[in-house]
Amino acid sequence: MPMLKIPFTRKALAIPYAVFLLLFVAAPLVVLFYYAFTNGKGQFTFDNLTGFFSDPNTLGTLLYSFAVALAATAVCLLIAYPTAYFLSKLHLGNKTSVLLIFILPMWINFSLRITALKEILTMIEGNLADFQFINAVIGMTYDFLPFMILPIFNTISKLDGSLLEAARDLGATRSQAFFRVTLPLSMPGVISGVMMVFLPAMTNYVVLDMLYNSTYIMGSLIGSYFAAYNWHGGSMIALILLAIIGIFTLLGQNGSEQEDSRGGALL
Amino acid sequence: MENIIELKNVYKTYEDDGFTAVSDFNLEVKRGEFVTFLGPSGCGKTTTLRMIAGFDLPTSGEILLNGKSITNLPPNKRPINTVFQRYALFPHMNIYENIAFGLKQKKVSREVIDKKVKKVLALVDLEGFEERSVATLSGGQQQRVAIARAVVNEPEILLLDEPLGALDLKMRKEMQLELKAMHKELGITFIYVTHDQEEALTMSDKIVVMSEGRIQQIGTPEDIYNEPKNAFVADFIGESNLFNGIMTSKLHARFCGGTFECVDDIEPGTHITAVIRPEDVIMTTPEDGTISGKVVSVIFKGIHYEITVQSGKSEMVIQSVHSAKVGDTIGMKVDPDNIHIMIAEDHTNIFAADINKAFKLEYNGTQLDTSVTAILKGSRRDDQGQLIDMHGDVMDPSKVKIMISIEPQNIEMTDNAEEGLVQGYISDLIYKGDHYSYVIKSDIGQDFVVDDEYLWNMGDEVGLIMPVEKMKFTLKK
Repeated sequence: MPMLKIPFTRKALAIPYAVFLLLFVAAPLVVLFYYAFTNGKGQFTFDNLTGFFSDPNTLGTLLYSFAVALAATAVCLLIAYPTAYFLSKLHLGNKTSVLLIFILPMWINFSLRITALKEILTMIEGNLADFQFINAVIGMTYDFLPFMILPIFNTISKLDGSLLEAARDLGATRSQAFFRVTLPLSMPGVISGVMMVFLPAMTNYVVLDMLYNSTYIMGSLIGSYFAAYNWHGGSMIALILLAIIGIFTLLGQNGSEQEDSRGGALL
Repeated sequence: MENIIELKNVYKTYEDDGFTAVSDFNLEVKRGEFVTFLGPSGCGKTTTLRMIAGFDLPTSGEILLNGKSITNLPPNKRPINTVFQRYALFPHMNIYENIAFGLKQKKVSREVIDKKVKKVLALVDLEGFEERSVATLSGGQQQRVAIARAVVNEPEILLLDEPLGALDLKMRKEMQLELKAMHKELGITFIYVTHDQEEALTMSDKIVVMSEGRIQQIGTPEDIYNEPKNAFVADFIGESNLFNGIMTSKLHARFCGGTFECVDDIEPGTHITAVIRPEDVIMTTPEDGTISGKVVSVIFKGIHYEITVQSGKSEMVIQSVHSAKVGDTIGMKVDPDNIHIMIAEDHTNIFAADINKAFKLEYNGTQLDTSVTAILKGSRRDDQGQLIDMHGDVMDPSKVKIMISIEPQNIEMTDNAEEGLVQGYISDLIYKGDHYSYVIKSDIGQDFVVDDEYLWNMGDEVGLIMPVEKMKFTLKK
């Protein structure tokens, strides 16, 4: 039987995603830029940009979001690094199953998790709105912790054990070997983890909204502009966030060039 | 010269699987010696090295450095440095920082470090490489950095764990000579681990041949090559023809279908193993040879031919500058001086059996009347029928073998060959005063030694009955 020759190249496989990119990424970006730099009459303007940086309210939200994200990232890192370290050192046949315990919460419905957290926090604190900053950090930490553990766990697990032996052989104590070898070599994982926690924590408003109906965070700020039909101001804030995320991503990539240590596949 | 390091009755048994990697290891190394641990993978050579380095602690026994026990000292407290198999260079440091690691740890001043690093880089022929990153170096260069990083600390002993294993042949030959020169220049004691017998013979002052966790022989390269102590050493060092046989009369041994004159005076009637190096076999006309056989293959090897000859049921490998024709019948003789006779003292029959799907032992297509769980201490079957070992881990029956050993007096011969677990013919027999000792060449290639009080004839086809209750079992991974 003669072979049927189908004019099919590998490039064709990219078409569905290219269409998706065009419709849902490129086009909205163009619209975003358009709205960000125009006013209500459709004229080009920088007013939205200057408006953002001169309004103490928006600036305050930016700083607040930044602080929440920073604190949540720091707390995540403090919890995740030792956890990941000990997990990777476990002498167990199947470490992945232990790791699953830490990932399992991710498989439970998001709103269910936050609602549960809300109930627990209410039991402890009473009125959640009285401790907004702490609750914001707790909520974000709870939500994003696995994203910090996984990449760190992956990098430490992949570390060549003979490097540690070499350090010990050359006169380093256990702790010296950790600080001079393990810690620096696990930095790519730490950077990955920081990026995967910090950036979402900057913009995720659902957690706060569900915890105590707060809109005092970047993500919800945009929402509130849109709700007031101020497409132009909202677009500008979205653009500024995009710029911040872009800068951080570039910084992070420089730090973790050596290897891809993201643990996203497990999620 | 005094001993720099001594190992006394060192044993290493791993707690998690009960595997004994090193047994009764006794060794003395003199200051400045180049000692090589030689053996196949899994023979315990690396484990022994790791115990000297301090990465593993002996289960029992003692390690003395300059007469003082360092048995339980952590690696950072020992004046010993290691060159690792895969170099283990720190990827986040440049060459200078890698080499300076040990000196910085010792709080040596910056100027001294600079000077020493420069000197050691010159020693390994890498001047000016200080600022280079590890990733930009070739395998050979990384190897040199690894050596520099170890010797810069001026250790009392330098341990090298198959350091040339990852290099190509040409590079390996070069590095062998350089290492040897470096050993001379530095005067440091080298302990070197390799599975490459040629490397060991080229470089060492003293070779420790190991197998299954035990020392087989310690000696100079010449000793080991010319006077192997047992069949394992003879087989592992260089190529050899090994034959089981019997001393027939004074200075005469029968093996490989012929009676050879030899120089080892061993009591007639003793079971022996004869070692003949391929280069020592002389090819003759069929009439002039002690034995004759048919040429089955001829391979040109550059400086010689490798000729395999089938003589009866045995094979003889010959290395000669003369060629031969496949299919020809030739004679073979060996100078008595070149036949090395070893007493085969242990006749315990050892063979490997598989675990079949029913979790029973199987050998030679026959299922033995015993279950695996009865053999393996602490093992059991779980609800799903999986085999669980003493630590609760699932075992894959296809990945393990059970070694069965049985004494010659516990095997019974039968005329009805099918009755036996194994079938074969009697290839040798000798009267031992109150019984006969037989060598059975089995159909599956393994020789069995059987003791029996009755006389059987040479060449008799027999079956070997081996009672399960007389078998001893050990797990082999």
